[in-house]
Amino acid sequence: MHFLKLILRNTLRHKLRSGLTVLGLVVAIIAFGLLRTVVDAWYAGAEGASSTRLITRNAISLVFPLPINYQERIRKVDGVSAISHASWFGGVYVSEKNFFPQFAVDAKTYFDLYPEYVIAPQEMKAFRADRKGCVIGRKLANTHGFKVGDTIPLRGTIYPGSWNFTIRAIYDGAESATDTSQFFFHWNYLNETMKKAVARRTDWIGVYVIQISDPDKAAEISDEVDAMFRNSLAETLTETEKAFQLGFVSMTEAIVIAIRIVSFVVIFIILAVMANTMAMTARERIREYATLKALGFGPCFLAGLIYGESLMIALAGAAIGIVLTFPVAAQFSEQVGTLFPVFGVSRETVYMQAAAAAAVGLAASVLPALRAARVPIVDGLRSIG
Amino acid sequence: MQRSPDLDNHSESPVHTEPPGEPVVHIRQLSKCYHRGGQIIPVLTNISFDIMHGEFIALMGPSGSGKSTLLNLIAGIDKPDSGLLKINGTDIAALSESELADWRAANVGFIFQFYNLMPVLTAFENVELPLLLTPLARDQRRRRVELALSMVGLRDRMEHYPSELSGGQQQRVAIARAIITDPALLVADEPTGDLDRSSANDILAMLERLNRELGKTIIMVTHDPHAAQSAHSIRHLEKGELELKKH
Repeated sequence: MHFLKLILRNTLRHKLRSGLTVLGLVVAIIAFGLLRTVVDAWYAGAEGASSTRLITRNAISLVFPLPINYQERIRKVDGVSAISHASWFGGVYVSEKNFFPQFAVDAKTYFDLYPEYVIAPQEMKAFRADRKGCVIGRKLANTHGFKVGDTIPLRGTIYPGSWNFTIRAIYDGAESATDTSQFFFHWNYLNETMKKAVARRTDWIGVYVIQISDPDKAAEISDEVDAMFRNSLAETLTETEKAFQLGFVSMTEAIVIAIRIVSFVVIFIILAVMANTMAMTARERIREYATLKALGFGPCFLAGLIYGESLMIALAGAAIGIVLTFPVAAQFSEQVGTLFPVFGVSRETVYMQAAAAAAVGLAASVLPALRAARVPIVDGLRSIG
Repeated sequence: MQRSPDLDNHSESPVHTEPPGEPVVHIRQLSKCYHRGGQIIPVLTNISFDIMHGEFIALMGPSGSGKSTLLNLIAGIDKPDSGLLKINGTDIAALSESELADWRAANVGFIFQFYNLMPVLTAFENVELPLLLTPLARDQRRRRVELALSMVGLRDRMEHYPSELSGGQQQRVAIARAIITDPALLVADEPTGDLDRSSANDILAMLERLNRELGKTIIMVTHDPHAAQSAHSIRHLEKGELELKKH
C-alpha cells in the first residue's frame, strides 16, 4: 500500500513533466493504433474471405477477361456446388476521389454465393427486375447520402460512356468485417451495351466465383478447373478467395511494410522520450534512493519504485490513447471514405497498444532502475538532486 | 538481523538495553582510501578506538580529515579497506550488501545534515518508513510513530509534508525516524549544520535527552565546537588519524 502510494505521489511530483510525457504517449499510442488499423484494413478483404469460395481468373493477369462460356464447364466439375461471375467496372462517380469498387455481376446467382451481404427480399426482387438497377453497400450509401430510388451516374473508364444506375437495394454486412462499400449491377446490362458499342468485348467476364461444398478439396478442384482450360485461348488460374485477396495485398506490400515500420518507429521514439523522463527523474532522486538504502531498503525496492512510476505513466498514456483511438479511427475512416471498406480498431490492436505501452514503461525504467540500485549509498547521499 | 522495536514500552525513565561498559563500537587498525583519477588517497590510516554503550561522542576535524568517512563506516554504508570493525559484536565488514541492509535497518538510526526526508511523504509517513521493514502491524506502527513524534514535539504536525515544516522541525522528524526502530546506535552527520542557533540548540538538547533517557549511543560529526560541547567526549581527526579529547 505504501509502495503504491509512494509510486503515485512520485508520479504526480512533477505534474507538468509527467503530463507532457503522458501526452506524448497518448499521441504515440493513437498513431500506433491507427497505423495498425490501416494495416488491418489492408488485409480486411482476405480476412473476410470464405473458405468455400474459389476465384478463377485469367492466368496471364487479372486485367484479361475470361469467356462466359467457361461457366457451364466449370459448373460440371465434381465438388462445385454453385458458380457466378463478376467483372470490374472501374467507373468514376463525379470525380476520381470518390472511388468505390463497382462490379457487373450475374444478378440471379451472385448474391447466393455471398450470404454475408444481407439484402431485404423485396429489394432483391426489385433489383433483379430492373436491368439498370444496382445494389450498393450501407457504407457507400452513408458516405454519399444515397438512398433507394436514387440514380447514380458513372463515367465509364474501362467501358466508355455515361452510365446511369438506379439504386434498388442497399445491403448490410452480416458481420462488422463485411465490406459494405461496394456497388453491384447487372452484367447483362453491361454485356448488351457493349454488344452495341464494341462487339468484340461481349460475352467476357472478369472472374468466376465458385462455391465448393468441401473446403478441403479446394486445391484439387482448382487444379481440375485449370487443367480443363490448359492450352486454351484463355488459360485460368484458380485459387481460394483468401489467396486471391492476398494477391491484391502483395501488390502493395511495400506500403504495408512501410506502415508497419513507421508504427514501430513511433513506439521507439516515445520510448526514447520516456527513457529520458525516467532518467531525469531518477537522477534527481538519487539522494532519496541512497537515503532509502541507508534505512535498509534493498535495490529491488528502489527498482520497483522506478519501474512502478514508469509503468504508471505508460499505462495512463495507454489508457487515454486507447480510448481516443476509437473516435480518431472513426474520423479517419470518414475522411478516407470508401478507400478502406472495413476500418475498425480490432481487439488485437488494443492488446498491441497496451503491450507496447507496457514494454515502453518497462524498457524506459531499466537503466534508471539499475543506476539507482547500484549507486553506492555514500555517493548517493553526496549527490545534489 | 531485525530487532523487534519496543518503543511502546517507553517511559520517562532511562532505558538501557545493554550493560554499561560494553563497547558498542570496536575498531582496530581501520584503514580506508579512495581512488580518484588513478590516484590512491588515504582517508583513514590505522584507526583504533572503542565507543562504549551509552556514550555520546562528537567527531571533529577539518574538511577532508575523514570524519564523515569514519561515520559512514561505523553506520555500515561504506566498507573499510582493512582492519576490524565490530558493532555490538558483529563484524559488519564481513556482511554482504543485503545482510548489511538488514543490519542497518535494525541497528542504526541516521540523522543527516539536510534531513533527507521523502518530500512526497508526510511527517507521519516519513517516520513510519523504517517500520515497513519490520513485521509490525499497521496499528502497532501507528502507535509507535505517534509516540516518536510526540517525543520530538511534533505530534500535531504529523500530517504535514516536509515542505510545510521549518528546518528545525524537519530535523526533528528525521530524529523521530532515526529512533523509530529503537536502534542501539544513532549516527548524526552535521545534524545542526543547516539550522539557526535556536533550532540547533533544540536538536542538540533532543540528542542529549535521547542519550540520557533512552541510553542511545550517539556518534555525531560536527564542525561546530558549540554543538560538540553536548557530547561526552570529542575525538579529533587530523589527516586520517585520531586523537581523544574529553571534557
